[in-house]
Order: sequence, then structure tokens, then C-alpha cells
Amino acid sequence: MQQTQTQASRFHSGVQRVLRSRVAQVLSYPHGVDRYLEVMNPMWSTGEVRARVEQVQHLTADSVTLTLRPNQHWQGFIPGQFVQLTVEIDGVRHTRCYSPANSVHNGDGTIELTAKAHANGFVSRYLREQMQAGQVVSLSQSGGEFALPANRPERVLLISGGSGITPVMAMLRTLCDEGHSGKITFLHYANRAEDMIYADELAEIAARHDNVELVRCFNGGDTAGELSGLFCREHLLEAVPDYADADTFLCGPPPMMAAVEALWDEEGLDHRLNKEHFTLAAPQVDSDSAEGEVRFARSETLVTNNGANLLEQAEAAGLKPESGCRMGICYSCTCRKTSGQVRDLRTGKVSSGDEQDIQLCVSVPVGTVTLDI
Amino acid sequence: MSIFNSLTAEQFDSIGRELDAIRNREIADLGEKDAKYIRTLIKRQRQLEVAGRGLLMAGFLPPAWLAGVACLSASKIIDNMEIGHNVMHGQYDWMGDPAINSQTFDWDNTCTSKAWKHTHNYEHHTFTNVLDKDHDIGYGILRMSEDQEWEPRFLLNPILAGVLATFFQHFVAVQSLKLEDYLIYKTKTKEEVKAEFKPTWKKMRKQLFKDYLLFPALAGPFFPFVFAGNVTANLARNLWSSQVIYNGHFPEEVEQFPESVIENETRGQWYVRQMLGSANFEGGPLMHLMSGNLSFQIEHHLFPDLPAHRYAKISPEVRAICEKYGLPYNTGPFFKQSFSVWKRIFKLALPGKRKGGGKGTLATVLNKKPAPTGEQVPISRKAA
Repeated sequence: MQQTQTQASRFHSGVQRVLRSRVAQVLSYPHGVDRYLEVMNPMWSTGEVRARVEQVQHLTADSVTLTLRPNQHWQGFIPGQFVQLTVEIDGVRHTRCYSPANSVHNGDGTIELTAKAHANGFVSRYLREQMQAGQVVSLSQSGGEFALPANRPERVLLISGGSGITPVMAMLRTLCDEGHSGKITFLHYANRAEDMIYADELAEIAARHDNVELVRCFNGGDTAGELSGLFCREHLLEAVPDYADADTFLCGPPPMMAAVEALWDEEGLDHRLNKEHFTLAAPQVDSDSAEGEVRFARSETLVTNNGANLLEQAEAAGLKPESGCRMGICYSCTCRKTSGQVRDLRTGKVSSGDEQDIQLCVSVPVGTVTLDI
Repeated sequence: MSIFNSLTAEQFDSIGRELDAIRNREIADLGEKDAKYIRTLIKRQRQLEVAGRGLLMAGFLPPAWLAGVACLSASKIIDNMEIGHNVMHGQYDWMGDPAINSQTFDWDNTCTSKAWKHTHNYEHHTFTNVLDKDHDIGYGILRMSEDQEWEPRFLLNPILAGVLATFFQHFVAVQSLKLEDYLIYKTKTKEEVKAEFKPTWKKMRKQLFKDYLLFPALAGPFFPFVFAGNVTANLARNLWSSQVIYNGHFPEEVEQFPESVIENETRGQWYVRQMLGSANFEGGPLMHLMSGNLSFQIEHHLFPDLPAHRYAKISPEVRAICEKYGLPYNTGPFFKQSFSVWKRIFKLALPGKRKGGGKGTLATVLNKKPAPTGEQVPISRKAA
């Protein structure tokens, strides 16, 4: 058994070596080996992480939990870190960040991502309503500073709100699998008891581990939890009186994060607080008036948006981006927009705020826009 | 008499509006079916290529050699025409897939994607059929317009057209160098040509090494069979794609324009110039696929960044607009258009200008038009 396994893995690494060789590169030029491999199997690649969706669960009414099986290029993650998940919706690729919620010791190599479908969360709604087992998605390697230290802290306080539960869930599950002996308090805020993701599993973990204490806090008059209302000092004093001795890990919606941060700052404990910020959808800006500024990131130039197309604004700022027809047909002036929205002069359509390629000569900024030129 | 004479400024504007409406409607409809189309096609092309190269390894068996050449030729044609040409036009940029994007895609052809996008997407598509601006009028080698001054070298017009077709990928690869400026007109120095050739040679080298050395070498003693197969596949692709491209702009009735036409040109006038300067040819679905839908050259020139598989659907509407405004919609069977092209190539080998012609009056009409109104994209261009 051991013998066949090493043989199989030696075979695999041999195949990978051949596929990454100079000869394979030349033979597959100019498309590259990956472009031929993915035709045979969407999971095959010489370096890109792809994953097959194994299971789609709905733990609460507005959330979805995906179990993903990545290909051999996945290098794993540290509890707390996030990955970028890329899915294709109606032909268009969309990328979002999610924190795996599983234990790093789950043993089967799968990754568990949980998303909460917000009313205007285009991707999360798709994941909840359309995603099916068997689909193949693209993943980045894991990243982010928010991570459980290799030297596990003794006393751990995990504070989360809403779908911010996922990274601290990974921490809790991992620590429990490691037989962590120090005390762990899991303080979670949700609107209502029925919206709380992982509610059953958390109750079970707390029941099974004497060192794990679960403190649930619901809002809007829901008294099903140990606490109720929004985060405040009283909650801490009541549920976690020794919070000053703990390494604290925090992830939740911005107002809640701000309240916790303020308290930790006030008490000079900010060095014990580790936090992960949510990214928020960009605010809607009136598309007809010229507002905001245009930021040319690579050339470190910033101008006030004057309402002209971005090619003219770039040239007026002294930049010389590549350009051609100036009417949107030749794609010479295509460049990367890293944030902000633009309006297409031909169709009038306003883009999303995602990172994407745009044509400078037929795009006007809608509010502040950052370009990679 | 050019048809331009019979159109008023208002008519140009309404043609512009009607065509813009078609484009906007199609752009709003882009989605999964386009993504599926291009991905399936890429898959088929890669399969054809792998099959073709595999069969050629057994090329000492005549049926395998023939089948291998057929697969590899088809693969190269689809890679260049319906995939490469169209993806590099940005037709699928909206998908956000880095593998199917005008900024990153490269094709199985000695021409670099960067040089192609400059001479084709920018120069040819912006200044379509404008003399001295659109290098595709003769590629600096041929005399393809009555208004091109005759030179003794053009006596070889038909022979040169054959040479251009035979080595089409290499001529396209060096098109951006404008070699005639160095060889004939002496307006360019050897050093300039050398510097500009560097990136092209880098790609040419890799393509030639792959097709003529590495793949044949993999076959060991059967090197000559693979070599000959690859030569034949490249030749088939060159002859086919050059004829498709000749047919798009060189049938006899297709108009060419003086440089004055692009001064203060409105969007409507630009559209009309595209329609008068292009020609379609007819055929079945396979013909359209293998020509990269350049059988709908008119629709392609109106909407170069619209996924080309949509041209067939919108062509009746474009044709109706042409009829409504009395504009010609130049189309015909493949062989008729090809014959017309070669007639022009032979005729223009000899000196002589077009009789009559509405060129002067065309400029007069253009100068009468009012300033563009509404939200039109300004067409103030810089010369390259």
C-alpha cells in the first residue's frame, strides 16, 4: 500500500516535471500547457489552483456552505486567512474573498467556504441560489495577516458578527482538533438566532469541550442567546471578565469592529487584538455629475475628475497611455481599473466597482476611480 | 458617382443611430451563450491540433499524413480566424477571463499580437480603405487601388499577390515594419527596420522552431513527414486566410477613399465608410466558421468588438439599413468574390486611373455636414 502510494506520487511529480519543462513550453507555444490541459479536464493545471464543488449546504435561510476539493496545487491555509474564489456568472468572471471555515486538520483536504447572501451581494446570491455540486471554480492561494499564530496562544477570545464567523470558526475547529488546553471563548453576534451560521455545531463543540465557552448574542429583542443587543463593555464584563489576558481575534461588520477596536484601544490592549475587515460594496454615485478624483496608481498621479473620458483626463495629467482609434474600436487603450465605477460613453452602462479592464477612450469616471497606469 | 453624394447629414446621423442601436442591443445581450460558444470552439481547436500533430507522428502512413494535415490546417485556421482574430479584437474581453482576452491572447502565427493589434485593430479598422492610412490596401507590396500611383514593380502584381498569399503569416508579421519604406521609398533606415524587427523575430523564431524543428524531431526517423505536414498546414492556412481577407476589401465594387474623408468624420459617416469599404461572401455555417465570420466583413467592420458569431443574426438588419438608404451591400458567392478580387489584381498591374469617380464630390459632401450632436463619441484622431 505504502509502496504504491509513493509510486503514484512519484509518477505525478514526474508528469508535472515534464509538463513544466522547457520542451513542453515550446511545443505548446504560444498558448501554454495549461490551455491544453484544461480542455481535457478543468481541474488539470501546471500551477493554478482549481477546485471542484463537492457539496452545497444551506445551514441557514440566507447562507450557503460549499465544500471544495482543490487540485494538487493548493498549498493549504492558516486558520483565519482568506482565499479569492472566482466563479463565472452569465459568462462573466467574478472574484470575491472568503475565509475557509474548516479545521486545517479535517483530514480529507477539502476546503469549506460559507457565504451569506446579501440583498445586493451579486456573487453571494449566485452562490446560494445557483451553485451546484460538480462545478469547477478557481481559487487563489490563501493570504492575509489575520491568522492563528503558529505558537498557539493559551487564552483565546474569538469575537465575530454575522458571516464574519468563518475565519474564527476555522480557528476554533483547528484548536479543538489539536486538543488545545487553554480556555477559548467564542463570542458571536447575529441578528436573530435562526440567522446564526454553525449554531448547532458550536453548541455541540461547547458541550464536548470543557475549555470552550459559547456566548451568543442576538439583536432586536431576540433573547434566545446568553446576551442580547449590540456589542458593549457590559457584555465583555459579564461574559469574558478576563478579556485582557486573552489573545483576541475579531471579524465582523464595520460598526461592530469599530466598537470593539475602540474599547481595546482605550485600554491599551490593541497589541492583543487581531482583526479582519470586511470589504464593503462601493456607495452609489450619481452617474451624470463629475465627482471624485481619478487616481493613476502606477504613475502616482491624482487629478480631480472633470467629466471627460479617462484617456483625455490621463493625457491632461501628463501621462501618455497607449492609444489608437479614440472611438472604442481598437482596444489599444485598454487598461486595468482597480477600483471605482465608470460609464461607457456608447451604451451609457455603468460598470461594477470590481477590478476589471476598461477602454479609456470611451469610459468616463462615475465618482472616484483608480487605474493601473 | 459615390453613393456618399446622395446622403444628407441627417441621413448619416440616422444611419449612425440605427447602427448604434443594434450594437447596444447586442452588447446588452452578451452572456453565457457567448462564453460557451468561444470556450467550446477553443476546446475543439485544441483537440484538432493535438489530433493533427499526433497523426503526423505516424505520417509515414499516407492516410495518417493526410488526416494529420487536415486536422492541423483546420486547427491553425480556426486558431487564427475565429479565435485569435476575434479575441484580439476584444470581442470577449467582457468575460474577464485572462485566457480569452485581447490584452493577453496570442495566436499560432508568426505575427506578434502587439503588432497585429496596431496595424489591424487600430490602423486598418479605424482608417478602413483610406489610401495611405490603411496599410491593408496592398500591404505595401501590391497595387490594389486605381488611386495608388503606378510603378513598374506593379507589373508583377499578380505574382506578388500569389507570393503574399503563400507566405501570408510572415508578411503579416512584418507588416508593421512597412518594409517598402526602406526597400523602395528609402524613407526608413536599416537601423530602424532592425530595431522594429526584433520583437517580431523573437516570435517568428519560436514558431519556426516549433513547427519545423521540434515537432519533426520528436518523430525521429520520420522527421521529413512531420516537417512536410507542418509546411502544408501552414501553407493551407496562409492561402485560405489571405483569400478571405482579400475578399473582404478588394472585390471590384468596394470603394476606397482619399485621406480628406476622415477630417471631422461623424460616427454615421464612419459607419457608411465601413459599409462601402467592405464586402461579404456567402456560404454555410462551416464557411462562416472557417473564415472567422469575416464572410460578414461588413458587419465585422461596423462592430469589430461584437462576438463574431452574432454577425449572421444581425446581417439582415444591416442589409435592410443599406437598402433603406440606397447603399450597396456587397455580397456574393465565395468564388464570385474571389474572381472579382483577382480581376482587380490583374487590371491594376497596368497603369491607368479609374474613369469618372466620385472622389472629389465625396469630399465636398463631407465638408457640408453639421457638427456631431448628442452623445456621440468624438472622432478626433491623431495620426499614428
